[in-house]
Order: sequence, then C-alpha cells, then structure tokens
Amino acid sequence: MIRIENVSLTRGGARILDDVSLTLPKGGLTALIGPNGAGKSSLLSLIARLQPLQTGRISVDGLPVDGTPGRALAKTLAVLRQDPGVASRLRVRELVGFGRFPHSRGRLTPEDEAVVAATLDQFDLTPLEERFVETLSGGQRQRALIAMTVAQATDYLLLDEPLNNLDMRYARDLMRRLRALADAGRTIVAVLHDVNQAAAYADRIVALRDGRQVAMGAPAEIMTPEILDAVFGYRMRVVDLEGRPMALHHL
Amino acid sequence: MRAVRRASPAGLAGVALLLALASASLFVGAGHLSLARLTQDPAAWTLFAASRLPRTLAAILAGAGLAVAGLVMQTLARNRFVEPMTAGGGQSAALGVLAVTLLWPAASLPVKMAAASAAALAASSLFVAVAQRLPPTQPLLVPLFGLAYGAVLGSALTFLAWRTDLLQYVEIWINGDFSGVLRGRYELLWLAAAATALAWWAADRLTVLSLGRDASVGLGLDYAAMMRLGLVIVSVVSAITVTTVGMIPFVGLVAPNLVTRLVGDHLRRATPWAALAGASLTLGCDVLGRLLRHPYEAPVGTVLGVVGAAAFLWLLFGPRPARA
Amino acid sequence: MLKRERVVLASLAGLALVATAAFLGLNLRGDLAFALELRGVRLLALVLVAVAVAASTVTFQTVTANRILTPAIMGLDALYAFGQTALVFGLGAYGFASLDPRLKFAGESTLMLVMALALFLPLLRARMDVTLMLLSGVVLGVLFRSLSALLIRLVDPTAFAAIQGASFASFNAVRSDLLAIAGVVTILAVAAIWRARHALDVLALGADPATGLGLDWRRSAVGLLALTALLVAVSTALVGPVVFLGLFVVAVAERLVDTRRHAVLLPAAALVGVVILVGGQALLQHGLGGEGALGIVVEFLGGVVFLALLISEARR
Repeated sequence: MIRIENVSLTRGGARILDDVSLTLPKGGLTALIGPNGAGKSSLLSLIARLQPLQTGRISVDGLPVDGTPGRALAKTLAVLRQDPGVASRLRVRELVGFGRFPHSRGRLTPEDEAVVAATLDQFDLTPLEERFVETLSGGQRQRALIAMTVAQATDYLLLDEPLNNLDMRYARDLMRRLRALADAGRTIVAVLHDVNQAAAYADRIVALRDGRQVAMGAPAEIMTPEILDAVFGYRMRVVDLEGRPMALHHL
Repeated sequence: MRAVRRASPAGLAGVALLLALASASLFVGAGHLSLARLTQDPAAWTLFAASRLPRTLAAILAGAGLAVAGLVMQTLARNRFVEPMTAGGGQSAALGVLAVTLLWPAASLPVKMAAASAAALAASSLFVAVAQRLPPTQPLLVPLFGLAYGAVLGSALTFLAWRTDLLQYVEIWINGDFSGVLRGRYELLWLAAAATALAWWAADRLTVLSLGRDASVGLGLDYAAMMRLGLVIVSVVSAITVTTVGMIPFVGLVAPNLVTRLVGDHLRRATPWAALAGASLTLGCDVLGRLLRHPYEAPVGTVLGVVGAAAFLWLLFGPRPARA
Repeated sequence: MLKRERVVLASLAGLALVATAAFLGLNLRGDLAFALELRGVRLLALVLVAVAVAASTVTFQTVTANRILTPAIMGLDALYAFGQTALVFGLGAYGFASLDPRLKFAGESTLMLVMALALFLPLLRARMDVTLMLLSGVVLGVLFRSLSALLIRLVDPTAFAAIQGASFASFNAVRSDLLAIAGVVTILAVAAIWRARHALDVLALGADPATGLGLDWRRSAVGLLALTALLVAVSTALVGPVVFLGLFVVAVAERLVDTRRHAVLLPAAALVGVVILVGGQALLQHGLGGEGALGIVVEFLGGVVFLALLISEARR
C-alpha cells in the first residue's frame, strides 16, 4: 500500500503539489493522468524519494520514504524516470544487471544471473544482450531500462511516462507486459499521457490537475466527458468500444 | 558619433572616469612623481615623458583595442562569451613571433608583427570556423572550446620555446605587463587603435554578420569579405598587443559584455563604449597592480586574470542570466 | 570479465613493466646502487601520480556522470595551488619554509578538501547544464591560478621562477620528501575507491537511477568527491598541476577496454597512466634527450583529446 498524506511541494516559489492525500492499495496497475504541469512526475519522484519531502508523509508498504535506508527501500520499490540518458558505455546485460544492485551490491550471484537472464528473456532482449545501450534504438533502450527496473524484483514499480519514445506497437507491448506483471501480483504506478492506454490497461486512474487530485477511480468512472473536462480543461467525446470507454481526445 | 552624443551624460561620466584613471596612472609608480616636481625637476619630467605617459597611453590603446576586438569576435562567432586573447589569438600570435625569431633572428619588428598577425589570423579563422559548426543549442560550448584551444596552442608554444631555450621571451608575451613600456616601444599600439577605428567604420555591416550567413547574404552583404575584415581586425589587435605588451586576458570579454548589456548589440553604438570600457578596465587594473604591493608591481595580466575571471563568473551566474 | 578485457589488462600490465624496466635500466652509469635508488624514488613518485590521477579522474567523471569532466579541468589542482600560496601568504614565506613538509601537505590537503566540497557540492546538487559546469570550472581554474600568481607576487615581489614553475608540471624534479605520506594517502584512497567500484558502476547511471537502486547518492557523492580531492592533492603536491593528463589517460583506457565497469576501467586507467608517465619519461630522458618536457607534451596531447571529445559529444 502506498500512503500519501498532506503532501505539498513548492519549487522556486511555484506550487507544484498542493496538499495531496491518497492511498493506493497493494496490487494492480494505477495510472497517473493529468495535463502538463499537473505534478504527476513530481508526485512520482517524491514517492520514490528522488526528491526530499517538504511537507507531509509518504510510506510504501509501511516504510516511510524519508526515513528508510535507501537499500531497504530499493528492495521494495523500483523507479524509472523519463529517459535518464545513460551516459556510460554499458552493455544491455550489464544495465539490466544493475537491477540486482540492491540485492547483491554489484557482485552478481548465480541467483541474480538467473533473474537477469529471465528478465532479458521476458522483454525479448536476449538477442541484444551484448549490444551497447547507446547503440540501441529509442524503443529498445526504453525496454532495456524497464527491464532493469523489473529485475530489481520489487513489489512496487514506479514508471514515469514509460511509453515515451515508443511507437504504437511497442507501447502496446509494454502495456501488456505491465498488465501481466500486475496480474502476477506487483503494484505498478505509471504516469501516462494517453488516457486511452490508461483506460485499457489500468485498474484505477488517479487524475491530477494544478497539483491537486481531481478524481480517482476505476477507468469506467473516470472516463466521462465531465471528469475529463475537469482534468484536461476541454470537452471530449467518450465512446464505448466493445465494453471499454475510449476518449476521442484528438477530435 | 551620434550614438555617443545622445547618451552624453553617461558618456561624459565614462570619459571622466578614464581621465581620472589616466591621471592616477601618470602619478602612481615606483618612482615618486608629483605635479610640483614635474615643473621643477628635469629628471621627473624625463620619467614622465619616457615612461609614465607611454605606459598610460599603451594601457588605454591596448584596452580599447582588445575590447573592440572582443566585440567584433563575439559578433563573428555569434557568441557572447568568446574573446580573442584566450581563444587562441594571443597564443598563436606569440607562436608566430617565436617562429620568425627562430627562423630569421634578424627580422625587423614589422616583419615579426606581420608574422604574429598572420598566425593569429590563421588561428582565429579556424576557431570561428569550428565555432560556427558547433550546435547553436549549446552556446557555452564555444567559449569552452576556445579556452581549451588556447590552452593547447599555449602548450605547443611552451614546448617550442622550451626546446629552443626561449622560454623567458615567451613568458613576456604570455604575461601581459605594462611595466616595460617606454617611449619608442609602444607606438605600434596606435595601429591597434586604427584597427578599432576600422571596426567602427564597418560597424553596420559587421553587425549584420551577427544575424548569420543566410540573413547576411539575403541582405546583400558580401559575407565572406566582411568575415575576413572582422577576422583581420581581431588578429591585428591581438598580435600587436601580444608583441608589445603581452597577453592581456578577459578585457575583450568583460568590457563588451558589460557594454552590450547596457546599450545593445549594434556595433555602431557599442564600439565607442566598448573602447572606453576596455581602456578604463585595463588602465584601472594596471594602476591596481602598481598599488597592491607598492613600490613593487603585479603585472596587469595577472591582475586581469583575477578580475576578469571573477567578472566572467558573474556574467555566467549573475543576475539576468545572459543568453549567448 | 570478458576475455578481451583480460587481454587488454594483461598487455597493459606488460607494457607498464617494460616502461618501468626502461626507466630504471636505460643508460645506467657510474654508481649503480646510487643511480638505481635515485631512479627508484622517482619511479615510485611517477607511479603514485599516475594512479592518483587515473583513479581521481575516473571517480570524478562517474560522480558527475560526464566523460569530459575531470578534477583538473574543473580547476581542482589550481585550487590546491591556491591553497598552497594562501598558506604562504598567511604564514609568511619564512614561517612557511620552516614548517614540516608533511604538516604542510596535511594542511594544504585539508584546506583543499574543504574548498573542493564547498565549491562542487552545490554545483552537483544544482544539476546544472554540463557545459555551464565545465565552463565555470575552467574559469574557476583560471581564477585560482591568477590568484595564486598574484599572491606570490605579493609575498615575494621579485618572484618570477615560482610562477613559471607552477604553470607546468615537472615530472623531473619530484618532491621526494612527501613520498611516504603521499604513498599512504594514495593507497588508502584508491583502496576505498576500489571497494566502492560496484557502487560507482551504479552512480554512473546518474543520480535518479542510483537513488532508485538504493544508493544514498548524496553521501556517496560527498565521500567520493573527498577521495578525489585527496588524490588530486597528492599528485599536485608531488609534481604540480596537470590539467589534461587525467582526461587523456582515462579516454585512452576507456577506448582500450571498451567498458565503463569500474572493476576493469580503474586498473586499466592506472596502467595507462603508468605507461604514459613512466614510459614517456624514459623515452624523453634517454631517447629524445629532454627530460623536463613530458608535462608539456602530455598537456598538448590531452588538450587535443579534450577538444576532440568536446566536438564529438556536441555532434551527438
């Protein structure tokens, strides 16, 4: 369970998050949606203790994120920011191997090697394992980074716009993999730009706007013209497509 | 001079500052000098005419020349943070003189000067050519490249000098110092003043260059010719300064930046101001160097290394972050 | 470790041995024992400098997550030189000269440690644009170098040699009186960096991913920066400032082993450093007949590498 209580954040005088409180139950895939500047990424990086908390409290699985030793938290929660631009010359296998760092401090045990191999396989990266990350295409790199995060084998996965740089096919592939991971018992929180991806794959959607939580609920509850208008500031049609709501946000 | 006349109160203040610094420069130094002694003591008059006056004029001319050269260079490279001295111009000018000294020891001063100018021209052309190819999204890359480029040329210079036992000469060129300036040894700096005047004469066309190649050609300008003219001005000023008084860092950076913040980037307007600011800065630092450990002196290159680097950092981080 | 990496490391070690043998053995004349002892001391100093420069550069590049940054380019060695002159200034030339050199070294290193952390931690935490950071580092270097020169002038107005001596590293005349303490500091610092090699691999990913993987980024960065500062103090104290040597050594080593994994890169960079310094010195001393020039040559080559890296990174 991720518990967020009265979290506010100001940066350079601007209010990024304004007294956000919400509780995300364990398990399932949660999508964070909202317009640019709503505070989605900031909220995610606060949960992942990538930024210090200014006010309020956040705990993941009962561990307060500002008081728990980094390593213990890293075995509970894995995070991937928007393309961190890996600067160093690494092979795909080495990169994914870093996911095991919290467990073995860099010296991979046979057990770690097995996890890495399985994760590479799971993300169709085995044929690429000896390639340098910098030689990969954007989509392949994104997959490798997500594989690293998954190899961390944590109960909680936080992903900031994981679909960035991915074409339609890989975006769909990734959402299906995330869905499978969630079905296997992991808790996933992802910032998503496309409400329809959220509607199709998420168990629940949290909508933010101007640093406040506007709505939270199952996709069917959120995907209404009224709520989407309240979130994004314009009216869009929502149609029913074989039992799934779909927003015609581009029309 | 319309631009200057319109801003006359500020202009007057600037000229007054320069005059004050100049009179300080005339009467500050190891030997004691005062107005009273000047009229009575012939030795004092000799000191004044042979050393103090040339020194003061040299600082004014070099400072003004370097500041305008810096302004022109910034226009050519289309980057606010470059200057001729530290971006290879100074080092290559010294390389040129060194080469002539080695190959033709009996060469006259004008020949050496020509060699220095040619070397500086080659180095500056290469620098501007590379600077134009660096991505415009990263403007700070250009000065960084310039500083490293200058350092590489500098180590080539040191190596050559060291192999030929001329390190002491090179040391004089590298470290700007006005203490050795005497009557008869600085007059070439008037050429730098002429180059400055040339820059002012061509100011309108040079300013168009800052719009870039395409826009310049579109406006009917002979881009290549103007580029050459600008580079020649920059190189000649660098070369003359290095061979007469040595490298003086950062004047070409600090003075134009201060000026363009106030009056804008049009060279017609900025050139006289930059000359004034550069002259004041150089003269002020020279006087400061003489006062710091009176009666001994700290060379102006060292003083400006401190003052200029600090000012550079202020330009980078200070209020109103400058966009290059 | 991949086979290729093992081969490269082994050949580098071989080359380093050859360089050492050449340095010690070429043109030995006169009193053998005396000459060997003299050369041995200088060899030790060169090896210490090579290792210190390599380890500090690799560490600094990793902490700052940038391959063009080196402590020297960021002005750290100029900072050390400034600390040195500041001490002279504070104590007076006489008081300074009468101090025990080891005590001086300790004082200077501490001063530098404090200044380095005070300067670079805010820079790192602000996560500013790399070019801005580089540029300000270079300018800071100029500032500290000029300040040192100015201070020297103020302490001893007739000084000329001192300034000149400070502008280029001298691998010929090393400070043998500092060898013991420098050796101890280097060994301790390098051992600490070696222990952190896996953490360094993770840090190279950047601050956010490293935090995500459970590393206390701030604490690691502070510790590693302090180690870097110590190592720079060692090399600067022994031979004087070397701006581009570290960049050159690490760039060559990285090309050769083709990985950024620190378990491989650290020894490779140290070995490349030994080959270049010891081999270069042997070559210049006995082959080309000029002993003082290694510093200048290395600066020239390193500067060219820096320009090349700068342009190629910019083109990406």
